[in-house]
Amino acid sequence: MFAHFIPDADAATPLRHLAPDGSLLPGVIASLDDDEMLEALRWMMLTRTFDTKAMSLQRQGRFGTFSQVTGQEAAVVGSATALDPTIDWVVPQYRELPALLRQGLPLHHFMLYFMGNPAGGEIPSDVNVLPIQISLAAQIPQAVGLAWGLQLRQTGGVVIVYFGDGASSEGDFHEACNLAGVLRAPVVFVLSNNGWAISTPRHKQSAATNLAARAPGYGFPGVVVDGNDLLAMHATTAAAVARARAGDGPTLIEAMTYRMGPHNTADDPSRYLDVDEHASWLPLDPIERVQRHLAIRGRWDDTARDAMQADVTRQVDEALALARSVPPPHAGQIFDHVYVDPPLTLTAQRAARLGAGA
Amino acid sequence: MSATTTTTTTTTTTTTTTMTMVEAIRDALTLEMERDERVIVFGEDVGVLGGVFRATDGLQQRFGERRVFDTPLAEGAIIGASVGLAAAGLIPVPELQFLGFGHQAFHQIGQQVARFRFRSQGRHGMPITIRSPFGGGVRTPELHSDAFEALYTHCPGLKVVMPANAYDAKGMLLASIRDPDPVLFLEPLRGYRLVSGEVPTGDYEVPLGRSTVVREGDHVTLIAYSAAVQLCTRAADVLAEQHGVSAHVLDLRSLVPLDVEGLIAAVEHTGRAVVVHEAPRTSGFGAELVATIQREAFYSLEAPVERVTAADTPYPLGAIEDFYVPQVDDVVRGVLATLERS
Repeated sequence: MFAHFIPDADAATPLRHLAPDGSLLPGVIASLDDDEMLEALRWMMLTRTFDTKAMSLQRQGRFGTFSQVTGQEAAVVGSATALDPTIDWVVPQYRELPALLRQGLPLHHFMLYFMGNPAGGEIPSDVNVLPIQISLAAQIPQAVGLAWGLQLRQTGGVVIVYFGDGASSEGDFHEACNLAGVLRAPVVFVLSNNGWAISTPRHKQSAATNLAARAPGYGFPGVVVDGNDLLAMHATTAAAVARARAGDGPTLIEAMTYRMGPHNTADDPSRYLDVDEHASWLPLDPIERVQRHLAIRGRWDDTARDAMQADVTRQVDEALALARSVPPPHAGQIFDHVYVDPPLTLTAQRAARLGAGA
Repeated sequence: MSATTTTTTTTTTTTTTTMTMVEAIRDALTLEMERDERVIVFGEDVGVLGGVFRATDGLQQRFGERRVFDTPLAEGAIIGASVGLAAAGLIPVPELQFLGFGHQAFHQIGQQVARFRFRSQGRHGMPITIRSPFGGGVRTPELHSDAFEALYTHCPGLKVVMPANAYDAKGMLLASIRDPDPVLFLEPLRGYRLVSGEVPTGDYEVPLGRSTVVREGDHVTLIAYSAAVQLCTRAADVLAEQHGVSAHVLDLRSLVPLDVEGLIAAVEHTGRAVVVHEAPRTSGFGAELVATIQREAFYSLEAPVERVTAADTPYPLGAIEDFYVPQVDDVVRGVLATLERS
């Protein structure tokens, strides 16, 4: 367990287990064994590979506007791997692809969504995720309600909700934290502080020294973690999940990370990015850090890298082929799933738009 | 088809009792919580106090704090949490203490609740019924009384239900809670205790999307919903007694789904129509009604359709609210103007 963050303290040093050179910090027992780390690394490399491929396709006009995870993979994978996908839920924002995949969302659904096909919104009935959230912070009270509902139904499930430093300025974040504290809801708030809300830097988002420092104000602990450290993220989230599952309420985890790419494919960071700051994060790459650690452990070399890269590249290519095999959407889909039982006025609009019998 | 096509107005018992609207609402909540353990009620002051209008009085004592819960004062979180509760398989019946504060939750209602089913391709339905009192006439403090219903009719995916009497309040609330789509259930503040009637004590539903003629007449059709229905029947009395005018009064009961067939039949019955609502005129729901009437009943109309509404001003303080909310005289004037045309 971790100590409560003290709001008026100096900036808390982010919790770190794995040094940038891949070595474990003194006294740390790795929260994942080598096989589990390899599995986590696979999620991270899959995500990076998807990002690269999708960016390339977007530049060719074959993929829609989307946001890369690049640089933030450990914050997402380290936390998501603390969940039991059969009973726990992920409530995403939009930069958490590997968390959705680990819960069981098919990769080609995610691709279809960003290709503009409504079929991409489909969530299989056994996959415990809410839809990607575009309206920032709206997902946070929803996650608290979901956690409350799991608690009422006594499923034993826990919810992780993801958002960023920008979304933490929205009223919904504060209302949701307050409600979660009162309910002692089994929810873990993972705030990926990537330094930017499009072009607005973290220091213009809030005067608070640390965003995790807000948690005690809502009656639960907050903790600052090195978001580029897979092991620290996993250990912290696992403790928070255990705490939630035991009925002890929510936790706010501030993952200190950095957005290494643009906000999304429509963004031009050259207009605002601090090049030196960006460069200072390059040696802290979360994927390379895990690879260095596994190399020290004797589980990673060029052969292993090539094999895993080939594996995740094949997975992305197969998903892309699957997405492309899905028929293009048809006009009738603008009317589908709006109501279970649509008003007659809407039925008439559908008939007028599509012709009778549509 | 409307949401409850398989049901008609069915009554499983003939026992009735006199109830005010607020009692009828409480009766529906009690009955449905008894019947379906997934139903939960929450909001500001709904528990120990039983709601500022006592709509939830006694529910917490009867069903416990887990199912009847006082929330922090945060409308956005109340509605946002409803989305997650629905995803967890519960049937949330949150209360917004006053619709005037609905803007604090509007982003969760219009952009989230209303379209979650659509966005998830049917995976996450939202069987949520948001109850909220609205409207004027009881001298509430500022910013409590606005009739914002039209805003919510512009949120595809949401249904907007506005009963005018105790019988409909109970039967439509039961239908709303059982409806798989999200419903905004708006309760007229001044009708809570002033309006009462015979209500079956047992289970029955009044289906959404069926208007009803509350008074037969031949010269002009008054079209209203919620508290404006009573206003129109009072105006119809005056028209009959003082002007020899026979008014036909239609209660729409729900705006989404809208009973276009009932609306057109009522207009065609007299060939003249006056639409009455408490909300400001511009982009009020009356505009939708008038557009529908001119399109569907054009050749039956003997005069332009009249609107009797509030002015396009903010809701004023209590001492002058009677100048703002349409009164009987305003409706009578609107009717006489219609009768004088062509």
